[in-house]
Amino acid sequence: MTPVDLPPGYRADPSGTHPPMDFAGYGSTALRHPTRPLHVLPHRLTELTGPLFGNERVLPGEDDLTRWNGGEAVGQRIVVHGRVLDGDGRPVPNTLVEVWQANAGGRYRHVADQWPAPLDPYFGGGGRVSTGADGSYRFTTIRPGAYPWRNHLNAWRPAHIHFSVFGRSFTQRLVTQMYFPDDPLFFQDPIFNSVPDPQARARMISAYDHDATTDHWALGFRWDIVLRGREQTPFESEPDDD
Amino acid sequence: MTEPLGSTPSQTVGPFLSIGLPWADGPDVVPEGTTGAVRIAGTLTDGAGAPVPDGLIEIWQADPAGRFTHPDDPRGPVDSGFRGFGRCATDAAGGFWFRTVKPGTLPCEGDLAEAPHLDVSVFARGMLHRLVTRVYFPDEAAANAADPVLRDLDAAERALLTALPQPDGTLRFDIRLQAGADGPETPFFAV
Repeated sequence: MTPVDLPPGYRADPSGTHPPMDFAGYGSTALRHPTRPLHVLPHRLTELTGPLFGNERVLPGEDDLTRWNGGEAVGQRIVVHGRVLDGDGRPVPNTLVEVWQANAGGRYRHVADQWPAPLDPYFGGGGRVSTGADGSYRFTTIRPGAYPWRNHLNAWRPAHIHFSVFGRSFTQRLVTQMYFPDDPLFFQDPIFNSVPDPQARARMISAYDHDATTDHWALGFRWDIVLRGREQTPFESEPDDD
Repeated sequence: MTEPLGSTPSQTVGPFLSIGLPWADGPDVVPEGTTGAVRIAGTLTDGAGAPVPDGLIEIWQADPAGRFTHPDDPRGPVDSGFRGFGRCATDAAGGFWFRTVKPGTLPCEGDLAEAPHLDVSVFARGMLHRLVTRVYFPDEAAANAADPVLRDLDAAERALLTALPQPDGTLRFDIRLQAGADGPETPFFAV
């Protein structure tokens, strides 16, 4: 087989950027983490490539979670926007961003959610958008409510929106959660606090954005998502010939 | 060079991923009726051997010629129309499945070649970060023996990453998140 010169791989994130698989404060990790060390998988063709899903996976209206089932959802209307970037600040264009969340009362439209907050007949809770050429995304939704869970006594999840991002490669795949600024519930939430580095933890919190706030319509929040950057490309600093 | 930006941390997919992530055509890496299509199926279980009913499995792979529809493939991208990606939420019994075709062998550094394989991501409530593993094919003994990733594993681990042919033609690939009294855990990778 003809050998190939593999392009540069992706940089490892500094220790403390991501949560451990085994985190005592979050009870459900106990039986769902491996006990053996992970093997290192060098970045070869399968890891350096990935599905390049963009707009073709997005249906009209999926960028607006406030209109569902023929009506208008209850709650504080918000616009969430930002950019998907790599670790070198380069935009990740035309990549699929999938979101899902609880309604204004903190209830998910899911059979397993038994928390007795009312379901909203006009809120489904799922949305999809694709980033633009500059890596930007934007969707309209309802500010989700906090909700209780059984992890510990009087446990409440801070309000959050789940995000799934593909990026450019299998290696950049990220599923995470966006939080809201100054949430008083952060201190007792093991999922938020499972991220060891406080600076990394802060990167999960959106910022109130008055410029994105629309008069008499919606509050704006800005949140940039940063995916792993690449190792230095040897050719990067050479001038273009054309 | 400017200071690199810190990555956004991973968080769990949570128990309600089915609101946002499953696609009707998710398990169909190739359409029904595709020549050479194979069904890959398995069960996701935890350290107690219990099924994980709220997980999500994703796969990514080359096409049967070992090519990718991707600009970072140094041999140049191909546009074979091959999606290469599959996604399946686990059912109440922890089950998942995909319809795909076996990828080709992949060139890599030097005179090495990677045996046909699928890269797999596993997400679930109780998992703060995805786990990554690989599926290898049982009818590729020679390629598997020369594979630079499998070579670094012991025989038991290699066996756990090789799908098992079933009488109906399905390739079975179970994923166990944690070792327990009744079985070893799936080997996982840091990417």
